[in-house]
Amino acid sequence: MSANTGLTNQQREFRWAMVFMSPWIVGFLVFMAGPMLWSLWLSFTDYDPLRANTAFVGLDNYRELLVDPEVRTSLWNTVFFTVFYVPGTIASGLALALLLQRVGRAVGFFRTAFYLPNITPAVAVGALFLLLLNGRDGLVNQALRAIGLPGPSWLNDPAWIKPGVILMMLWSVGSTVIIYLAALQNVPRDLYEAAEVDGAGAWHKFRYITLPMISGAIFFTLIINTIASLQLFTEVYAMFFGGQESGAAGQAALFYVIYLFRNAFEFFAMGYASALAWVLFVVIGIITVIQVKTSKRWVYYEGD
Amino acid sequence: MRARSTASGLALALIAAACGGGGAGGVGDNTPQGEEITAAPSDAQASLFVFGATYETGDEIAKTRVDRFQELYPSVDVEFSESGFEEQPFLSALASGDPPDVVNIPRNQLGTFIARGVLDPLDSCLEAEGIDMGVFYESAVEQVTVEGVAYAVPEFFNSRLWMINTKAFEDAGLNPDEFDFSDWDAIADANEKLTKGGNRPTRLGIDPKLPEFLPLWAVANGTPVISDDGMESQLDDPAVAEALEFANSLHEPAGGRTSFLDFRDTWDFFGAKNQFAQDQLAAMPMEQWYLTVLAEASPDVDLTVRPFETRDGEPITWADGNSWAIPAESQDKAAACAFIRAMTEKDAWLAAAEARAQTAKKENQPNTGVYTGNREADEEIFANLDLGEWPWLEEAVQVVRDVQEHAWSLPPSPASAQFENAYKAAGDEVMNQGTDAEQVLTQADERVQREIDRAAR
Repeated sequence: MSANTGLTNQQREFRWAMVFMSPWIVGFLVFMAGPMLWSLWLSFTDYDPLRANTAFVGLDNYRELLVDPEVRTSLWNTVFFTVFYVPGTIASGLALALLLQRVGRAVGFFRTAFYLPNITPAVAVGALFLLLLNGRDGLVNQALRAIGLPGPSWLNDPAWIKPGVILMMLWSVGSTVIIYLAALQNVPRDLYEAAEVDGAGAWHKFRYITLPMISGAIFFTLIINTIASLQLFTEVYAMFFGGQESGAAGQAALFYVIYLFRNAFEFFAMGYASALAWVLFVVIGIITVIQVKTSKRWVYYEGD
Repeated sequence: MRARSTASGLALALIAAACGGGGAGGVGDNTPQGEEITAAPSDAQASLFVFGATYETGDEIAKTRVDRFQELYPSVDVEFSESGFEEQPFLSALASGDPPDVVNIPRNQLGTFIARGVLDPLDSCLEAEGIDMGVFYESAVEQVTVEGVAYAVPEFFNSRLWMINTKAFEDAGLNPDEFDFSDWDAIADANEKLTKGGNRPTRLGIDPKLPEFLPLWAVANGTPVISDDGMESQLDDPAVAEALEFANSLHEPAGGRTSFLDFRDTWDFFGAKNQFAQDQLAAMPMEQWYLTVLAEASPDVDLTVRPFETRDGEPITWADGNSWAIPAESQDKAAACAFIRAMTEKDAWLAAAEARAQTAKKENQPNTGVYTGNREADEEIFANLDLGEWPWLEEAVQVVRDVQEHAWSLPPSPASAQFENAYKAAGDEVMNQGTDAEQVLTQADERVQREIDRAAR
């Protein structure tokens, strides 16, 4: 105990910790927690930013959510995308990281090349894939035709629009690759050497050493990619809703956050949009909790 | 991850915008509605923020009129948003307490903002500046008027007409000048004849331009999609469903809508190798501004322009365009009103049209004129137009001029964005899923009517 202040070292450290954390705490309260709580309140109102009066409508916005066919459509589109995109990005990211690990000195070049799509503006990605995915003359279908496969109508056939969007988003797998590559490089060599002494083949080394040792990284990408998928917006909005006529894609490309955005900024139904936002928040929360709970069965931490 | 951060930003923007509005109050809160404008801007220094318009990046049509305003009012400092009208930045400007003084807004969207008290009625402005709404096209004036009060002044006037690949029609034994566009059976037969390539088309017969042009097909079939006062959706009318089903059937000879659109997506729509120049399309209804595109990109294309027709054989067009309005919280309504007059009066348009003519002459391109909302200006502009070198354009311009007096426009609706979304979404569902048009449109009608009633409260 300090004779001067009457505080223990621990108390003094806590006080200084709070001082240093206060900019973040204030920022969090003012720019995150406060607006979030405010939007929760708005979700129980008919708030329209252009109107003088706002009425409390109780659960009306949430009741309307249940019967709104466009909520059903946008939820289905979003879930479909997530279910295929997240495993797809994990599998392709891991495969690419494993390949990169073997390229030796050229790894730096490939790492940069794979990451480039992630620094391409999302709107540019959307515009680029409008050309690449064209059903008649797009590069993707030209490649498919070259190997004897009929190219689908990625942009106009409602059954193929979501697979087309998944393909576009997989192009930006670079950030996942970088995470896996870092994890792979941290797996101790002596584990592989020990396995080889015991006669383990490539598959067994991958299955019983590599996968458990990078399971923490896989779990991390599972969580962030799931959240990102459920919040998909910019690329798809630029492709199908960004000024040009909606074409066939209108409903097939109506993802949840796009519908939320349209309600907020095109229809000025901010109360309803807030309810949509909170439902998404709860859905993401539930999925994340499930992922965290189940992770205990398959994620290995070195400290465990 | 980028999507995540974008969406997070979006959520924050939503919340921030919500906070800015103050919950119990809104932009229209305690704003003086229709503040009296009694005089033109004084010589004292004033500033004017113009939203939804460009100057630095604008064409000669915009620059000439703005320059003219600056000559008339040198003490007014004019600043532009340098972008077209967008709801989100407009909302942000209003919610942040920094509203523009004057706004250029599509007439189809006006109703949403009028119903919410965002825009001032212009009675005193019209009187103070001596703006005669009688000189503007009637359908344009109807689009800016609610219960007899004008809330904006029309700027441009876009008409929709048939644009026909003359050679394609003639090769199919059809006379584009005499073809009966009021006979839908004849349109369907012609479409079969004109389409080439079947399921992998090399030329489309007739592009119905769905779902965007559904209102035009519906009004041609005798029923507008919405009532004249913009308060009653008429999407559930069987005539609307019939129009949608017929127009959708025009995709079939090309193998259905998917292969139709896949082919359409490959066109060089704004370039020299456009679908008419390349014989990739026989006919489509289109806004008249596309004539200017063709005049610049491929002036020697062989095109015939005909009016859209009702099934009774009457010419009809669906017209729209932009308009100028004054937000209720504008800081200098007198200057805003003077600006509106200067942008829409006859002399301003004549100067702009002359500038356009000079530009066209310099670039050795045909001058197709300027289609303004001001009938008196148009009469002089088009009386002086010389298109003798391009006879197809000369005829086309005359057709546009004739059809302007047969215009129907979407009336101002308090839920204009929702209404547009409703008919497009219904059209998509019918075209993509083969759902019964009457059933889909009836459901859409019920939903959007609730939105209209709610917005009109």
